[in-house]
Amino acid sequence: MYSRAYKTLASLPPLLWVGLFLLLPYVLMFAHSFWTVREGAVVHEWNLSNYLTLISNPVYADVLFRTMRIAASVTLCSLLLGYPLAYYLSFHAGARKELLYQLVIVPLWVSYLVRGYAWKTILGSEGVLNGFLQYLHLTQEPVAFLLYSPFAVVLVLTHIYTPFVFLPIYAALEHIPRPLVEASQDLGAGSAQTFFRVILPLSLPGLLAGATFAFVLSLGDFLAPLLVGGASGTMIANVVQSLFGAAFDWPLGAAISVCILIITISLLFLSERLEKRWSFK
Amino acid sequence: MSSTAASAEHLLPASPAALLEVRGVAKRFGTRDVLKDISLNVASGEFLTLLGESGSGKTTLLRLIAGFEQPTSGQIWMSGERLDTLPPYKRRVNTVFQNYALFPHLSVRENVSYGLRVKKTSPKEIGGRVDEALRMVKMQEFAASRPSKLSGGQQQRVALARALINRPQLLLLDEPLSALDANLRKQMQSELKALQRELGITFLFVTHDQEEAMALSDRIALLRDGALEQVASPREIYAHPATAYTAEFIGQTNLLRGEIRRSIVTCGVLRWPLEDADGPATFSLRPEAIRLCSDGKRQTSEVKFHGTVRQQIYGGATELLEVDCGADQLLRVRLPASGLITGENDFVFTLADAIRVKE
Repeated sequence: MYSRAYKTLASLPPLLWVGLFLLLPYVLMFAHSFWTVREGAVVHEWNLSNYLTLISNPVYADVLFRTMRIAASVTLCSLLLGYPLAYYLSFHAGARKELLYQLVIVPLWVSYLVRGYAWKTILGSEGVLNGFLQYLHLTQEPVAFLLYSPFAVVLVLTHIYTPFVFLPIYAALEHIPRPLVEASQDLGAGSAQTFFRVILPLSLPGLLAGATFAFVLSLGDFLAPLLVGGASGTMIANVVQSLFGAAFDWPLGAAISVCILIITISLLFLSERLEKRWSFK
Repeated sequence: MSSTAASAEHLLPASPAALLEVRGVAKRFGTRDVLKDISLNVASGEFLTLLGESGSGKTTLLRLIAGFEQPTSGQIWMSGERLDTLPPYKRRVNTVFQNYALFPHLSVRENVSYGLRVKKTSPKEIGGRVDEALRMVKMQEFAASRPSKLSGGQQQRVALARALINRPQLLLLDEPLSALDANLRKQMQSELKALQRELGITFLFVTHDQEEAMALSDRIALLRDGALEQVASPREIYAHPATAYTAEFIGQTNLLRGEIRRSIVTCGVLRWPLEDADGPATFSLRPEAIRLCSDGKRQTSEVKFHGTVRQQIYGGATELLEVDCGADQLLRVRLPASGLITGENDFVFTLADAIRVKE
């Protein structure tokens, strides 16, 4: 057995770490959201004016809703890509399973920035895609909405987060005992019935975990809109960034952050409750 | 000779009552021949057990019949129709899986009704048949439970009901009792047997437990390294094992390896007359075929020998002796329990009980 002193000593570094770099910033953020800026300085006066601004100025609500729309689109697209991929790998890939799995994982090792810039060169007006379309004489002018649009943001984020959706779904599918699939066929169910009655219900916890990843990560993303979003693709994190930077309104930025944090925590909480209800171990 | 009788039995042409015909089926996984040219008929209403050690191919044969694997060569027919070309969901065959494979996300009732629901049976009929199936396995009161809340024996019953509700022509059971403890296993054995008699459904049962095979089966098909060693009724296979392997696998035996010369068999210290060609020969002599010969006299049809009791193992109704007959020859002798036996004794066995077996 370890002595009490040893235990206290051993748990001190992680506690300090969490306290210093997680709890303290949150407390500061929370406090800032009730303060104000006057003549270029943060004034420590407690009031709700930042939150009132958020409610009264429709710009913020617009950006927030757009952000949630984009996050929802990313979630849907990456599920539509990630689930069939995970299903194919788990049930039908045979000997190619390992290789394909690695191919899905490899993009995670490539820097986010590199992948973002790669999309710029593909989608831009002088980009690969527009060049190809014009070469085929399908279009005369470069197609403008490809880059600097919500579409581009959804595309890039889907590319980035699909592996995050794939992984938990793949893990859930791999955990389905194969005799269950055989039992279903044995009882007269074809492939489609077996999928909808056995495989899909048993993979729901993985699907939910993947969807939560995609949605929450997209919700707080600011790089993709910065690189390919343009004015129409601005997301809430970009607003926070500019409030903390150029606009120098930390209190308002903090208030928005608190709102995003509340949304995120509620989502995680809900998702965990549902995951528990849907798992049958 | 008993061995010819046994081997002739599976060479018979398909009897008109044969429900399932396995014709020259072989299965190869990579470079491994898991099944080699298996031909087997299962009669309608029969309880046939595929018995064998792990790796003998018994489960593979079952999976070929269920449709989870395709034979490398050969055919499988059921009720006069080709079976091996059909996908599993089109076969009138249902399986009770080794670890039951109950759907964890469905209640007992939903598990049992699964086969009817996927075939779009009317809800009214489903209700009646599920109640009937649950009553049959005495699980009505658990209809709403999830499988994870049930004991092994209860899961077993649900798995049976789930398979039988589809009224299959043939029920496949893959070591269904192996996960149960000894007492429950005995109880489930007799329930299974009663259920099979009552329903008249053909059962193809896989097990590695020879006692279980003996207790349940109309016939036993003993598999060894992917080939059929012997197919016969439990009594026949026990009394007349065709091979040394069968004799040792089914029950206990003394294998006597010796040779025949000028119509005399010599196995160590044992000698008896036998009209047969000269050469090496192996005999199976069951321990219970040997008796104490207290008066020292023997009939002409008996073989007498003298031995020292090395060990006595008490087993309730009987006891097992290990008798040293000299020259390092140990024989196992099973006697009705009657107290301590020590030292040197005379034993006899009847000539007809030394069964000639193939190696």
